Amino acid sequence: MKHVLFALMLCLSPLAVVAGEAQLTNKDPALEKRVMALSAELRCLVCQNQSLADSHAELAIDLRNEVRDMMKSGKSDAEVVDYLVARYGDFVRYRPPMNTTTALLWFGPLILAVIGAGVLFFNLMKRRRRVAETALTDEERKRAAALLNDGAGETKA
Amino acid sequence: MFRLRFLLPLGVFLVVVGFFFVTLRQPEGTREALPSPLINKAAPDFRLTQLHEPNRFFTPADARGKVWLLNVWASWCVSCRQEHPVLMELSRAGLVPIYGLNYKDKREDSANWLAQFGNPYVLSAVDGDGRVGIDYGVYGAPETYVIDKKGIIRYKHIGPVSVDALQKKILPLVQELEKS
Repeated sequence: MKHVLFALMLCLSPLAVVAGEAQLTNKDPALEKRVMALSAELRCLVCQNQSLADSHAELAIDLRNEVRDMMKSGKSDAEVVDYLVARYGDFVRYRPPMNTTTALLWFGPLILAVIGAGVLFFNLMKRRRRVAETALTDEERKRAAALLNDGAGETKA
Repeated sequence: MFRLRFLLPLGVFLVVVGFFFVTLRQPEGTREALPSPLINKAAPDFRLTQLHEPNRFFTPADARGKVWLLNVWASWCVSCRQEHPVLMELSRAGLVPIYGLNYKDKREDSANWLAQFGNPYVLSAVDGDGRVGIDYGVYGAPETYVIDKKGIIRYKHIGPVSVDALQKKILPLVQELEKS
């Protein structure tokens, strides 16, 4: 009987380990997912090419904790972003809002593309005109044919 | 026009050199400085204990009525050492009171640091967990705020305060604010 009880306890022991781990982390996975999703949209101010989610800088950790605390107290994502923008400016957002200072940022690429397409179009038109204009006279055609034949002869030789 | 066409790459090159010349020659610290949305807004309120008198508090309202500097510093901050002699000199000259915000530091470390290098501050408020730092949009010590008589932030200097920055920007602004 003792042996059976011991074997039973041995079988159940992994469960105790699992329970212990779950208690240790003690995290709400849904909340954690939300924190990380929003942090990926926010810039780490210290290491400016990383997001808050990626960064291990101390300020980034502090700000992630701040984001987590605000979410825990029922704040919406937009409220959290507004809170950070009020302190650090639009720069914390990886998706900058559209306003007068960021207009060039939003429309710059489009303007460049339009200019590029315009230049391309203009050059193509010019080339077509040039190709159409260059009709050869009989004399020129003869000379061209002679030169081409010459060239062919040379390569054969 | 066709003859000058070969000069086009040279022209582009000179424009790029011009850009580099202007941006890279800007003084240290101003280059990466981010504009603060807090300029011309009321300095965020806080109530923190003082470094040297842990039983007493400091709040920005205590400095109401005078133009003052709030300097964010820490003993672990290397650039703070760099600006420290400038702050000492400014404190000796008595042109504007400097209050310290001791940012994410250990009390004994900060006290030792001031004992070793000198204390330019009227007092330092202890922001151990950096919460007040977040309210002020601090993203790296040292940072210095110029706050006017009504408690409104008028200027933020990011990075070590240089003699140049003091003479060209901070002190003229302090003088102007003192008149109003």
